[in-house]
Amino acid sequence: MTATEGPILTPADLAGNGIHGNDPDIHGKFGKFGGRYVPEALIPALDEVAAEYEKAKTDLGFLREFDHLLRTYAGRPTTLTEVPRFAGHAGGARILLKREDLTHTGAHKINNVLGQALLTKRLGKRRVIAETGAGQHGVATATAAALMGLECVIYMGAVDCERQALNVARMKLLGATVVPVTNGSQTLKDAINEAFRDWVTNVDHTHYLFGTVAGPHPFPEIVRDFARIIGVEARRQVLELTGGLPDAVCAAVGGGSNAIGVFHAFIEDEDVRLYGYEAGGRGVETGEHALTLTEGSVGVLHGARTYVLQDEEGQTIESHSISAGLDYPGVGPEHAWLKDTGRATYEGVTDEEAMEAFALLARTEGIIPAIESSHALAGALRLGRELGPDAVILVNLSGRGDKDMGTAMKYFNL
Amino acid sequence: MTTLHAVFDKARAEDRAALVGYLPAGFPTKDGGVAAATAMVEAGCDVIEIGLPYSDPLMDGPTIQDAVHRSLTNGTRIADVLRTVEGVAKSGAATLVMTYWNPIDRYGAERFARDLASAGGVGTITPDLTPEESEPWLAASKEAGIDTVFLVAPSSPDERISRVAACCTGFVYAASLMGVTGARETVGSAAEGLVKRTKANTSLPVCVGLGVGNGAQAAEVAAYADGVIVGSAFIRRLLDAPDEKSGLAAVRELASELARGVRR
Repeated sequence: MTATEGPILTPADLAGNGIHGNDPDIHGKFGKFGGRYVPEALIPALDEVAAEYEKAKTDLGFLREFDHLLRTYAGRPTTLTEVPRFAGHAGGARILLKREDLTHTGAHKINNVLGQALLTKRLGKRRVIAETGAGQHGVATATAAALMGLECVIYMGAVDCERQALNVARMKLLGATVVPVTNGSQTLKDAINEAFRDWVTNVDHTHYLFGTVAGPHPFPEIVRDFARIIGVEARRQVLELTGGLPDAVCAAVGGGSNAIGVFHAFIEDEDVRLYGYEAGGRGVETGEHALTLTEGSVGVLHGARTYVLQDEEGQTIESHSISAGLDYPGVGPEHAWLKDTGRATYEGVTDEEAMEAFALLARTEGIIPAIESSHALAGALRLGRELGPDAVILVNLSGRGDKDMGTAMKYFNL
Repeated sequence: MTTLHAVFDKARAEDRAALVGYLPAGFPTKDGGVAAATAMVEAGCDVIEIGLPYSDPLMDGPTIQDAVHRSLTNGTRIADVLRTVEGVAKSGAATLVMTYWNPIDRYGAERFARDLASAGGVGTITPDLTPEESEPWLAASKEAGIDTVFLVAPSSPDERISRVAACCTGFVYAASLMGVTGARETVGSAAEGLVKRTKANTSLPVCVGLGVGNGAQAAEVAAYADGVIVGSAFIRRLLDAPDEKSGLAAVRELASELARGVRR
């Protein structure tokens, strides 16, 4: 069977296996990470979501419906593009891009959102809320809400509303209410706080359509499973194209959903190295970065035990990245687990390196990537030079860069 | 040091509910916070909860968020929280710390429990620590001889209430409504039922918080609960006061009104 024929989704594709078989455990623990640190008021809702998902993930009717939406609405399977002119700058290694930028709404977020929107209907809820950083998850959520007739409220940091104004307009056009969050750092972390406050107040009729693999159990597991199709497809496609598995898989890591999405199908392939690239911002020495896994410490943020950028008294330190989607001082607990077990490697990529890769892909291949994804591209350039010309590197091109043109115009004086 | 046990015994003997007041440490200033809490005790609060200011207070409404933000901007540290507890405990009230879990996690559970006990604190309220994750904190608190208070909510099924109550010593905190902290026009209608369901699962006192802001509401809650918890309304008085002196007078006045409420 080729990657483009037959069903794209089976129950095994949706869940797969973790490092130790069935991560997370019933409490949502990946090793010591994950779990639930939330107000008791939300526990019944989290239990309800977890129970409904347990039923849904083995329900062939649900899988058929999700598969149908992925195929006919999201535009799956997405293609794999080899980029030799770009790879010429990486010491000649073969670089293959998984083109999530070609999905409907222009980023990998649509996969999770369609799955959770279907879950929302199964839960009998009529309203969805979501946080968004770059606006991609907000746009995807507003899109799915419009498609399924759900009321939709998006929380977005006021700073992010400004740097991603185009996405704010898209969400409004799609019928969503966008609430700018003006407290704290006015970015993704504060949008998540505000979304939790809404949820605890309106939980009887509202589903919190969480956008990344962070947060309390079961969100890290559900979001991973709905994003897992990225790696499932890419694994088949790389095998088909090259006759073997890639030497390395690269992805950008903010909260971590696109990275888990592409990593997870490769976890049991021990020879495939997994690389996550965090936002190094203005450089580790400036303190203005989002290097949660590489510079942070273990703590609790937004309902889960994971790596956090925090001071010695547990106060969250504000992150910085030129890309709103990576500007987050926490990270999904499964990434914390992949780091501690050594299964994946995490490194930083600065704003400058990311913007260079952003421009390079545009000029050499005619593809304008999201600035988030440009961190993975910059990582692949570095890795290619390390691994040499025989290496095959798969990069998750998680989104397209149209939304980033404002930032690019300023950065490059266009 | 006044224990929670002594507070509820005394209230029961006087056939009334206990009055619990909340203020974050370092608000309106480090010393001003101790003075305000002391005024609240002098005017009738039996128990004071000192909030440990945290950068991401996701179950707090705008009033407490504002106060906590000011406190952190003032440079409040855990040492200041402990000094505040020490100062307030001298007023004779049973003094607790209310905190999100991460600051304790980072400080070290055993160290925090020990330092809080040394400062004269009698326990903690931990709104985002679930029973599943509570083991290290229960052990550390027991060792240090301080109480552990957890929350139940209107959405909590009976088996969950029983699980949460089993983690509590001192009292059980019943959230009167589904939502964040903050004074409201009416106390949640779910509160009375929740107190009944909680009492069916524990012999501990049950106190009601969230949304209580005046004497009439305090009286209403005192009719079915062992304690009435008020936070945002005190903070509002301090935020609205033109200077520290009038702020102290305002919290004193509110505490007196609430103290009459719990005795009605």
